[in-house]
Amino acid sequence: MLTFVTGARMRAGDNKTPRVRRARRIRRRRRMKRYDVIVVGAGHNGLTSAAFLARAGLRVLVLERNPYIGGATVSRELHPDWIYSNCSYVCSLLRPEIYRSLELGRHGLQVVPYGGGVTFTRDGDVLGGYVDKEVKRREIARYSPRDADAYVRYGRDVMRQCRLVRSLLMRTPPDPTSLRPRDLAELLHVGREFAKLGEAAIYDTIRFYTMSIADFLGEYFESDLVRANFAGSGIIGTALGVHSPGTAYVLLHHYMGDVDGQVGAWGFARGGMGAVSKAIAGALESYGGEIRASASVARVLVRGRRVTGVALDNGDEIEAPVVLSALDPKRTFLGLFDPGDLDPRLLKRARDFKIRGSSGKLNIALDGLPSFPALGPKHPLLAGDMHFLDSLERFEKAYDDWKRGTWSKDPYLDLLMPTMTDPTMAPPGKHFMSVFVQYVPHKVEGRDWTDADREAFKKTVFAQISRYSPDFEKLVLHAEVRTPQELEAEVGLTEGNIFQGELTFDQLLFNRPFPGFAQYRGPFRGMYLCGSGSHPGGGVMAAPGANAAREVLRDLRRRSTVPEGWSDD
Amino acid sequence: MRAPREHYREIVRYTPFHSRTSRANVLNLWHRWRDHTVADAYFDVTLEYTALRNTCAVFDISPMTKHRIDGPDALGFLNRLVTRDVAKIRPGRVGYCVWCDDRGHVIDDGTIFHLEEKVFRLCSQERQLDWLSRSALGFDVTVREETEDVAALALQGPTSCAVLKALGLEGIEALAPFAMRAFPFAGGELLVSRTGFTGDLGYELWIEPARAETLWDRLFEAGELHGIRPMGTHALEMGRIEAGFIQAGTDFLPADRAVRTDRTRSPFELDLGWLVDFAKPNFTGRRALLEEQRLGSRFRLVRLDVEGNKPAKDAYVYDDRRNVIGAVTSSMWSPMAKASIALASVAMPWGRPGDELWAEIYYQKELKWNRLNARCGVVKGAFYEPARRRMTPPPDR
Amino acid sequence: MTDPGRTVVIGAGHNGLAAAAYLARAGREVVVVEAAAHVGGAAVTREFAPGFRVSAIAHLAHLLDPSIVRELDLQRHGLAFARAALKTVALDAGGDALLFDGNRIVAGPASAADRAAYTAFTARMRRFAVVLGRQHGRVPPRLAWQHWTEALPAALLGLDIRRLRREDMREFLRVVTMAIYDLLEESFESPLLKGAIALDAVLGTKLGARSGNTVFSYLHRLSGAASGGGGPALPRGGMGAVTDALAAAARSAGAEIRLGCPIEAIVVSGGRAGGVRLSGGEVVPADAVVSSADPKTTLLTLLGARHLEAEFAQRVHHLRATGTAAKLHLALAGLPAFRGVAATDAGERLVISPSATYADEAFNPAKYRRYSEHPVLEISIPTVHDATLAPAGRHVLSAIVQYAPHDLEGGWDAARAPFQELLLDLLERYAPGIRRQVLAAELVTPADIERDYRIRGGHWHHAELTIDQALMLRPVPGAAQYAMPVAGLYLCGAGCHPGGGVIGAAGRNAARIVAGAEA
Repeated sequence: MLTFVTGARMRAGDNKTPRVRRARRIRRRRRMKRYDVIVVGAGHNGLTSAAFLARAGLRVLVLERNPYIGGATVSRELHPDWIYSNCSYVCSLLRPEIYRSLELGRHGLQVVPYGGGVTFTRDGDVLGGYVDKEVKRREIARYSPRDADAYVRYGRDVMRQCRLVRSLLMRTPPDPTSLRPRDLAELLHVGREFAKLGEAAIYDTIRFYTMSIADFLGEYFESDLVRANFAGSGIIGTALGVHSPGTAYVLLHHYMGDVDGQVGAWGFARGGMGAVSKAIAGALESYGGEIRASASVARVLVRGRRVTGVALDNGDEIEAPVVLSALDPKRTFLGLFDPGDLDPRLLKRARDFKIRGSSGKLNIALDGLPSFPALGPKHPLLAGDMHFLDSLERFEKAYDDWKRGTWSKDPYLDLLMPTMTDPTMAPPGKHFMSVFVQYVPHKVEGRDWTDADREAFKKTVFAQISRYSPDFEKLVLHAEVRTPQELEAEVGLTEGNIFQGELTFDQLLFNRPFPGFAQYRGPFRGMYLCGSGSHPGGGVMAAPGANAAREVLRDLRRRSTVPEGWSDD
Repeated sequence: MRAPREHYREIVRYTPFHSRTSRANVLNLWHRWRDHTVADAYFDVTLEYTALRNTCAVFDISPMTKHRIDGPDALGFLNRLVTRDVAKIRPGRVGYCVWCDDRGHVIDDGTIFHLEEKVFRLCSQERQLDWLSRSALGFDVTVREETEDVAALALQGPTSCAVLKALGLEGIEALAPFAMRAFPFAGGELLVSRTGFTGDLGYELWIEPARAETLWDRLFEAGELHGIRPMGTHALEMGRIEAGFIQAGTDFLPADRAVRTDRTRSPFELDLGWLVDFAKPNFTGRRALLEEQRLGSRFRLVRLDVEGNKPAKDAYVYDDRRNVIGAVTSSMWSPMAKASIALASVAMPWGRPGDELWAEIYYQKELKWNRLNARCGVVKGAFYEPARRRMTPPPDR
Repeated sequence: MTDPGRTVVIGAGHNGLAAAAYLARAGREVVVVEAAAHVGGAAVTREFAPGFRVSAIAHLAHLLDPSIVRELDLQRHGLAFARAALKTVALDAGGDALLFDGNRIVAGPASAADRAAYTAFTARMRRFAVVLGRQHGRVPPRLAWQHWTEALPAALLGLDIRRLRREDMREFLRVVTMAIYDLLEESFESPLLKGAIALDAVLGTKLGARSGNTVFSYLHRLSGAASGGGGPALPRGGMGAVTDALAAAARSAGAEIRLGCPIEAIVVSGGRAGGVRLSGGEVVPADAVVSSADPKTTLLTLLGARHLEAEFAQRVHHLRATGTAAKLHLALAGLPAFRGVAATDAGERLVISPSATYADEAFNPAKYRRYSEHPVLEISIPTVHDATLAPAGRHVLSAIVQYAPHDLEGGWDAARAPFQELLLDLLERYAPGIRRQVLAAELVTPADIERDYRIRGGHWHHAELTIDQALMLRPVPGAAQYAMPVAGLYLCGAGCHPGGGVIGAAGRNAARIVAGAEA
């Protein structure tokens, strides 16, 4: 892994002759400016932490390895005149409390909802998720009148779970093994939220967290197509199949966001996902914080049992009593520290942390709007998500391929053309197509991806799209193929896991990232985790960053600048 | 056979009477009743309401959810579904009923039409196919939604029987409340039930959609000398509140749609205890309702006579010590009772006859908001119930 | 017309008999009605070929509750063990074998690190299993209460978790929902070692090694041993000896056992269970009916959903209970020679699951209603320890085989012969020459189990034992305290807490509830 390499280089650097080392130290000191806080990584969470801390009056510096900021929340012009949201591509989870508190609107962010989604069937039909709920109901009724009505109950039950989990997003998880008053009080809060559900729904909640998405959907819908239509949310970004227990929760993770109070709705950041990080960076800078790009952190400096700053790849050292890492837990603990400084049990936790690459992405510039004959021209759902798996069996087989160490030969695609909604991403009449692909392994049968693999993978995806859009391939001007390996190399997400760690119960809430480290604090004084590897997990939510900032301020005995979560009442 | 996928182009649907209702709707005021567009008002809410109480008014109830239930176990199925004893609803009779979830909280209310031996129609506000299908486990019964297959009009008001006589429905005057009868009509069949949602003399007319327009035309022809008028949702709502009837989604939250499990109500809490028949050995909710009888209910639905002349819209209800004990769910100025009336849900034990309750009313005149605390009296039964409602034969005027 | 105080117990399996024995000891008049001509249910010894007898379904006693053995004095009633605390031998296709004895790896190719890790791992898992084992004898708590006293049972469960040391508690809360595969990846190097543990986690479930919940099912399997049992054991005379002893205990306490009496329905009158109707039409009246049949059979078939409320009936309807485990029985002319296994170890528990990946891939076909091409097996040759089961010099091989889904595409009639051939081929690879030793073979599929043992879905545990169907969620919320919503009706089988595996605790707990409620 890259940070291992750079870490080794640093240590090698330490073996230089005393004269060289002294000269270097002098050079360093000259450059050095003192900061209160250093944040490693300028993804949306790192920036969010930094913004809240800067707002509290702290001198904050964000260090970013890449020449651009945003981490996986970026807009990139990889084909002239086309803006790609080349990693994350839709917006729903971003906590409105943070949006409002950091005045992201004033800093240029605009989230626009898009309409609906559709699943294509192999027999040439579609199941459309129309925005109008009566139309949607009639559409489901085409396949099963009973399911059309059951959809209301399904929505109710998912919403119950959403309300519970939403009440925990902007809070620090309690440590269930601790008897400290704060942990007990938090446990009591969780207990109260639970009790509000009422007895039957409490049982259903426990079931929900340990069930598979297939079993969960089976309690509502009889039509395999209808089940398949909803199943995707249970496995996106996850190295689990629709029959794997635990996937019902993953569905929740994709439903618990909202756009302007419409829980479960998704939208685009106008101008691509980079608009999110740009706006947060704007907020940060407005509070006096600094961002340094192309500044790769090699090591967090530790003296005694507390952090003192960071060392960069170029040898520079920057001092600060507080360091937050927005990197994933593996990269943080295995990459930024001298292994000798860490408790072996923590190292083992980090090594065992499940952070599996399971998703890929194709970003495509199109010369025009491809046709989808099953929808017909000017269909409203051309603006929505398109899916092509129409049975749970196809989903599960896609997962079996991944387990065997290869990409799904009949993959689950979440295909969107943001340009149907957002006029800023491509010239008029042209389109940007974002194709999220599940499942794609980090290694192909244990080895690194080759160009031939990437080409074959692209072919697999193109073939599936072309089955439903015969003219699609002719319109392709440029296609960026991203396997987990590219995601890891560019963005730094270990194994290319988009959530900075699997969203299974053993890595959620008080277990995220590891038991005993779920309250954002690292093993040293002044060391914090603020990435998606911490509660409440991945997605462009910014809650981990905000929660971490709150804990830092608490330890510094400063007034919190982080907003409380809004209750759903 | 799947329905055509192009249905999405038509977001709202029209009822089988739309060619007629749209012509009558000179105000062009519409709203959506789920799939369908229906008239809020046709020409004037007050005059439409006046027709309801003075002559007769026609309301298009086609979008109401209808389910057909048949099969050898149809009776057993319905008896497990609803809280009352369906065996007492003989063929040719209609019964008002409620059904609950396992917690004994009301999912919906509606009417069961015992069309013939082992064949029933269940009419309700909300769609119930999911609940009915799930409830059918273990019963030899088929449940089918037939909302689109049956067009229906409510004809309500003092001259409604006279209109039906003029329409040529021989013997209609013998039809007792909650009875129904089929009449030959325009080469087909017209089913007439003496039911309604207005607390007045009235009928509901059920017909196949192809004959809907004929029915409308001939009804208005027959009613011309009897003051027949079309009536929109607003006027119906007035009739409904005066009758003291509750409405799903307004006066109670359907239990199968409630995200918040503490917001729903049992039949006892909706003053519908009379519909609960514990003599039946099993029905969904029975155990919980027995437990509620033992431990006591949490809420009570009360009908309030509000002092003064201001409608108590969305008002908080207070006890005599100014504690909030509930809220108004429906309210209006009643032209018949000449009173401000309201339905409210209040915490137990409040709402006993003689309890001193207060409503906090906000109202505005010419953009100035005023607040007012009005004393409320608890009313037993309907606010307005004319004798003609129950008379057989009913009067002609 | 009911005889006051009479209890009818449906089914003479181990749980039904345990319930009957405890109720009879509590002074109640107890009648057990059993469809088969003998007692035992799925814990029974059957002659499958002339002179050859085998434990027909369950074949090892892992979990039998020691307090039941003691309280009902089962030893006096004839229960004896031919062998306690069997060792485990993990086989691999290359002829290597790992020999486990309790918490030690005693022989075979395993690194020193793995050996040390295995001992630490099993010690920790046992501590976790004790938490579950402590729950066996308890009625699961409800999670809503009107009075603080009703919160006590839930508090006890919480306390049991808290009694773990802090590190253990943290680890318990982390691993309990995990997939065994992931936990094994964290813990060991040797594929064979991982495979053997994975088998224990998936046996009897419709889960693969990479499915969440398999750590929980592994802990369940350990929970008997952890609470005082000695690990897998062979009752003398087969599993039927357990139920024979339970039947004797029940009879000596005064219970009547009526065999060959299939019942048609549970009689409901006035909203409560009033007895059972036998298939001949005879009604056996009772004021309590305690069913050891599986929840779906009891509630949806014998009682009928119409006597339940709608949501509860739906919960029962959605209970996951699709059996995936089949049973292979071989009558052998001699002792088979498994490669890598010393003749002295042939009577231990032999497992074929050479890696956790193998155990996971074996599961894949079951997801698509097909049987495994490369199944996992748990093999026992009880005749090594127990001469009563076969003619002298002859042997019986009993194997649990996964995955053989109940809902097999195309049905089992056509698949029986090819699947049996596949199994014999597999065994031949591990024990060359075994095919020639086979005198008779029998494959018992979940479809057979459903038919012959009247378990809907043919699931050994009556219902899948996962967290969403365990403790207060087993079999379904609202029925976890043994009393059903219909007054006078109780469940006491493996479909209840603590679940399957010839424990007997469900019968014992249910009896306590019945005796309390109907006193």
